[in-house]
Formats: sequence, structure tokens, C-alpha cells
Amino acid sequence: MLTVLMQFLFSGITIGAVYALVGLGFNIIYNATSIINLAQGEFVVMGGLLMWFFSESVKLPFFISVILTILSVGLVGLLMERLTIKPLKGAELLVMIMITVAVSIVLRGVIMFKFGKDPYGYAPFTAGEPVIILGAVIQQQVLWVLGITLFLIFLVYLFFNKTMLGKAMSACAVNPLAARLVGINVSKMIMLSFILSAILGAVGGIAITPISLMEYDKGPALAVKGFCAAIMGGLGQGMGAVVGGFIIGILESLTAGYIHSGFKDAVALVIMLAILVFKPSGIFGSKSVLQVRKF
Amino acid sequence: MGKSNFFVLICLSILILVFPLIVTDSYNLTIGVFAGINALLAIGLCILMGFAGQASLGQAGFYGIGAYVSAILSINYGLPVAVSMVIAAIVSGISAIAIAVPALRLRGHYLAVATLGFGEIVYVILNELGPGGPSGFGDIPHLNLFGFVFDSSQSNFYLVWVFVILVVIFSFNLINSRIGRALKAIHDSEVASNAMGLDVAVLKIKVFILSAVYASFAGSFYGHFVSFLSPSTFSLFQSILVLMMVILGGATNIWGAVLGAIIITILPEALRKFEELDVLVYGIILTLSILFIRKGIVPLIIDKLKVEKKHA
Amino acid sequence: MLEINGVWKTFGGIVALMDISFNVNKGEIKAVIGPNGAGKTTLFNVITGVYNPDKGSIKFNGELISKLSSCKIARKGISRTFQNVELFGHLTVLENIMVGRHARTKGGFISSGLKLPSIIKEERSIKEKAEEILEYIGLKERRNELASSLPIGEQRILEIGRALATEPKLILLDEPASGLNEAETIFLSRFIVKMRDELDVTVILVEHDMGLVMDISESIVVINFGEKLAEGTPVEIRNNKLVIDAYLGEEGLF
Repeated sequence: MLTVLMQFLFSGITIGAVYALVGLGFNIIYNATSIINLAQGEFVVMGGLLMWFFSESVKLPFFISVILTILSVGLVGLLMERLTIKPLKGAELLVMIMITVAVSIVLRGVIMFKFGKDPYGYAPFTAGEPVIILGAVIQQQVLWVLGITLFLIFLVYLFFNKTMLGKAMSACAVNPLAARLVGINVSKMIMLSFILSAILGAVGGIAITPISLMEYDKGPALAVKGFCAAIMGGLGQGMGAVVGGFIIGILESLTAGYIHSGFKDAVALVIMLAILVFKPSGIFGSKSVLQVRKF
Repeated sequence: MGKSNFFVLICLSILILVFPLIVTDSYNLTIGVFAGINALLAIGLCILMGFAGQASLGQAGFYGIGAYVSAILSINYGLPVAVSMVIAAIVSGISAIAIAVPALRLRGHYLAVATLGFGEIVYVILNELGPGGPSGFGDIPHLNLFGFVFDSSQSNFYLVWVFVILVVIFSFNLINSRIGRALKAIHDSEVASNAMGLDVAVLKIKVFILSAVYASFAGSFYGHFVSFLSPSTFSLFQSILVLMMVILGGATNIWGAVLGAIIITILPEALRKFEELDVLVYGIILTLSILFIRKGIVPLIIDKLKVEKKHA
Repeated sequence: MLEINGVWKTFGGIVALMDISFNVNKGEIKAVIGPNGAGKTTLFNVITGVYNPDKGSIKFNGELISKLSSCKIARKGISRTFQNVELFGHLTVLENIMVGRHARTKGGFISSGLKLPSIIKEERSIKEKAEEILEYIGLKERRNELASSLPIGEQRILEIGRALATEPKLILLDEPASGLNEAETIFLSRFIVKMRDELDVTVILVEHDMGLVMDISESIVVINFGEKLAEGTPVEIRNNKLVIDAYLGEEGLF
């Protein structure tokens, strides 16, 4: 009994980690721009597929592949912001959100052209026997996913709370006009938010692909789940999305295990709707925050 | 409905009349039917978005309810198709109330968030509980009106597009009425609207129901025309496509929705020759159009015409 | 006509209105004055139901309205203008007034979409009434211009016109003279009195222009830091020690 439960819990936490990263990415861009970036899932897909490309196809060493993947996806984030978001400055929010959808279709088109429709995978980061925790068999890669996710979240936390640059970004989120007045380059901060979100997605993709494989059309589903995580934690509440992501991952896995795997995908959405009805500011959001939000 | 809109309506009617006479192959006619169905979806969202300022990312949900409920009622319960379609529209309307009441208490784009959730849940339900599951089901009866069975692409083309014309007229009447003015007022200032005695929440809910009912009819037409349904037609992607139609054509104009629907329907067909590059080219076209014609095609044309008039 | 009784309103610990009470009689022009941030606009928002008071009651013609929504209060016959002009910028001048008729007309979604004969008739009456009001406020020439394109003086008048279209018994004017030049202010003050006399409306006015206030109001309520400081006729207020002290430091008010 317990063994099975543990098994479900761990698989939930694993996928939840990716949702958490996507949700965190949503929040970073949302805070800088009020935009919901629906191309967020594509960053994850590109992370996984480019890692496969560098490590398996070009056969570069592991670390170089990781770095190249992160740089490439970060570059995509940068280009996306400079080529599509910046030129639309001042447009209606919905138009801005639609442009992210259009970009996600472009990215999917590129991915499909390069990689086709097959799923890709590569070896786990470390070979070795699975770990047994409370009777549940845990692949080593699962620990990698969790470790990397938590480490990244910690880095993001440090960045926003301890570095000047991060504080400047937070300032833009709170009051762009005031931030501009004190000499913060708001445009650069927006660009940075896209790069940062892209990198978070990419790392999530790199880490999860050995477990769940990666294919061209996984982006939208990941984006929806990550979005639910962000809403659940309270849109704009950085760490709220992380908790939201893990909760959604775990509940999904439990639903698939104990109820019916087909309903797995509805879990996140039902939770999101329930949050909207009962606590629209999210689990960690306060009501006053909700009132100043544009979205 | 002003003079120029009436003129466009007449032109469109003539085009609809003539199109099946010139284009006779059923493949292109079928695309024509789909364009009309998409136009219904887009007009509903256009009124919701362009006039009441609320976005929906879940139109595929109502589209799906319209298709499935109507099909199931006519197959399993033997109801006449027309009756099934109306019942489906009522079911869609009630679901719309269920989402709108909690979501519209909140300011901002929470309706968009809630509808995204709703649309996806409908999608999961269709996959799991719909007849045939993910692979869908067939043998859906065609619409039968006074003994005439709409079973060909040609007859469905006329059927759907006449319905579109009626919906366009209805919608123009609506937006040029007391209700339409109220919707535009809400878009500009909710606090002033309230102070003028407009029941903002109720108006928003009603316009959302209207968009759901339009979408539901679109779905019913789809099901009874194609005679086969599977959930994949009603995914999030479809909701986004509808949004894309409205933004591309111009959210502030009903003709924009119609034009956007036609373009978005034809585009993938026109892109077939790019083979595996079609998704990419499609995405690039969308990106460029949003970047360069932010207000949408139809408002852009109207602006151009106005400028020319001034110069003349 | 309007009875405000012990009204409190706080925002996250900050008291905006503290135990405010006063009455407004039918047909009177009442001014609410006080320094910036005294809570005058909050008072208007509480009367019109933008917020409900935390404590206390507001009665309109004997009926409790302090728990009603903004839209219901408007339908009872209380209309208003806004300090920062809240016109419907994408609608024309005429359409703005026509929206004011909304609460007094009935056409629904379906009948409007079908353009039933009743709707055509109603639309004609809305338009006639709106034209009448345009004539009354002197903006007939501007009827087809976008409301947002008018100069501020005309926007303020249009806002009053839109409020009048709802056939109010009580109208709340929030700083109607702000942004107006002297000539426009004089026109406005005459207009307010004329409107009160001819249309049988009661007026409450929040205003910083003391000339205007002293000129047209019959009774004045002074609030400071959310509290009622004094109430009386213009003469009484002018000589009230508390009021003079409160305003001391602000540049020559009277």
C-alpha cells in the first residue's frame, strides 16, 4: 500500500518539478510585463530536444551540451522578446498574449521541421541502481530532477532578493514608471525576464527528458499545467507557482494511479477553477495584490 | 446597420450565392463550410472581446458541447436534428453561466483564465466519456428541414452561410442597440457604467452566454455536416485559433471576425504545398500579421478608406 | 431626502470616513468641502455604492440604500459625475447621453438583435430624449464627435448631461469646476442652479473652488481627515473657527 503510494508521490513530484519551473517562468515574465507567455512550454521542449541534439547527435560531452542547450534556449528567449514583444510595446494585453501563441507555433514549426514527430530521449545523467525509499523504486534521474529544480529555485530566490539586478527587476514589476525614474532600464529587464524564463524551461526539459522523453508537441500541455500552477500559487507570486507546480504534479499522479489515467489532465484545471472561485488571489496571494493586477 | 455595412452584407450574400456555382468540387466546398462554421465561432468571440472587452480561451469547449450534445441526442434519443441543436445551445448557455458567474466577479482577464480551464476540461471529458473516446464516433444524422436533408457539401454551404448572414444581422442589430452601447460603455469605464445604472456583471454574463450559443451552433453544424466527431477538433488549439481569427480580422468589427475566420480556415490549406514546413510558415504569417496590423485587417482597411476620403 | 447616519469607511487600517452624519433636503444644493484627502470622494463613492460603508446607514427617500450595489442605487435615482471624468471615450457625445438612458429603458439581447418594432420605437425615444439633453447642455453641435476628443470643460458638462439622462432625483458632482477657466466656471455655476430649478434635482457638490461653493450652495458640510468638522450655511461656515483653523496653512480660501 505505502509502497504504491510512495511510487505515485515520487512520480508526481518529478513531473511537478517541471510544472514548477514552467510556473516560475510564467511569473517572472508576468511580473515584468503582465504578459502570460504561452510559449513557455516550448522552452522546455527545446531544452530536451537540443540536449539530445548536442549530446547524442553531435556527441559533445555532457557539460558542454548542457551549456550549449541553455545558451541556445536563452537566446531564443532573447530573440522572442526583441523581435516580437518589444515592437508591440503599448499594444493591448490580449494582442501581446496572442503574439506569444504565434511565437509558440513558430517554435513548434521549427522543432517539427528539425526533429520530426518522434519522441527523443537520452541516458540518465548518472547510471546506476535505482534508490529504494520506503519501498518505492526511485530512478536516480528523479533525484537529479528534484535536486536541479530545487537548486534553480534557490538561485532564482537569491537572484531576486540578494542581487542588485534581481531587485531592479522586482522594482519594475511593482512600479515600472518609478523604476524608470530611478534609472532602471525597464526594457532590458523585460528582455532579461524572457531569457531567465527560457533558461528555467530549458533546464527543466534537459532534466526530465531521460525520464519522460520529449517530443515536438508537448509544449502546450506543459504551458497549461505551468499556468495552472502559477494561478494556484497566485499569479506573480514567484514561489507560489513552485508549490502549485508540485501540488498539481502530485495530485495528477495520484489521480492517474488511483482513479483513472484519463482524468489526469483535468486535475490541474479543476484545481485552477476551484481556486478562481474560492480564493482568486491564489493560495499565497493577498487580496490587495489582486486589485492592482492588470491581468 | 449603416449603409456601408449593408453594402458589404449584400456583396457577401452574392458571393455566397455564386461560390458553389463556380467552385463545384466538394473538397473546396467543404473548406467553405468550415469557414462559415469558424465565422460563427469568431463572431461570438468578437462581440465578447471587441465590444464587452472580455476574452475567452475556451470557445472550443462550447463548440464541443454543441457538436457532441446535438449528435448524441439525435443518435441515441432519435430527436430531430434541429431540436437537438437547440437543446445543445441551451446546454452551452447554462455552462456559460456556470463559468461566468464566478469568473466575472473578478476584475481583469479572469474570464480568460477560467474559460481556458473550462475548455480543457470539456476536452478531457470528451476524450474519456464521449462515445468512442479519443477515436470518436460516426453515423451522425444530417440536418433535415421539412423533408430536405442537408447531406451534400453544397447544401451545407448554403445552410451554414445563410445562418452566418442571419447571425451577422442579429449581431449588428445588437451592437447598434441599447445593449451594444452598454457593452461598449463597460469596455470604456466600468465604474461610470455602474453609476449610470448598467448592471455590468449581468451584461457581461449575457454576452458571454451569447458567444457560447453561437459557438454551440457552430459545433452542431460541424457534427451534422461531417457526420463524424472526435475530441481532437475541440482542443485548446481550436480556442486559440478562434482568438486568432478575431485578432487578425480586427476585434472591433464583426466583419473582421468573418474575414479572420475565412483567412485562418484557408491558410493551412494554402500552405499544404510547404509540406512539413506548413506549421512554421503558418506561425510566421500569424506572427507577422499581429506585429504589423495590430488593430486587425478590417479596422486597418476602414482607416485607409477614411484617409482616402479626406484626401479626395 | 438623503440621510447619512454615522457612516464609517476604512481601507486596510486607514480610516477614510469617521462617523459622518448629515442630511440633504429635497431641492437643495449642498456642498461638501475639505482639504485634499479629507475623504470627500470616498463619501461620494459610499453614497453611490462603489463601496459599502463599514458601519452606519444611508437612507434615500426613507429607503435604506447603504447595502445596495452601485447600479441599483443609480436606478433609485442617484446619479453622479467623477473627479477624473469617466466618460465613455470610444462613444460619441450623443451615445454617451444615450447610455445614460439605459436604466430607464428595457430592450433585451434577443429583442434588440431581432430589432423588433418595440425596440425601434424605444431607440427613437432614447435618441429624442438624448437630443433634448444635448440641447439643454449646449453640446448639440458636438453630437457626433468622440467624447474623448472634447476639451475638458465640455467633457465635464457632458458628464453632467449623461447623469441627467438617468432622470436622477439627486445628482452628485465631484469637482465639476476642476480644470475649467473662469468663464467656464461661471457658466457651470449658472448651469447647476438652472438645472436644479428647472429639472427638480437635488445637488451635492464636492468642490475646491470656494467662489463657486459660496456662490451657489445653500448648505455646506466641511470634512477633514474623514471627520465632519462643521455644517451650516455659507455665512456660518465662513465664520466658523474650527473651519478656519483647519484650512490655516492652505492658501487664501475665502
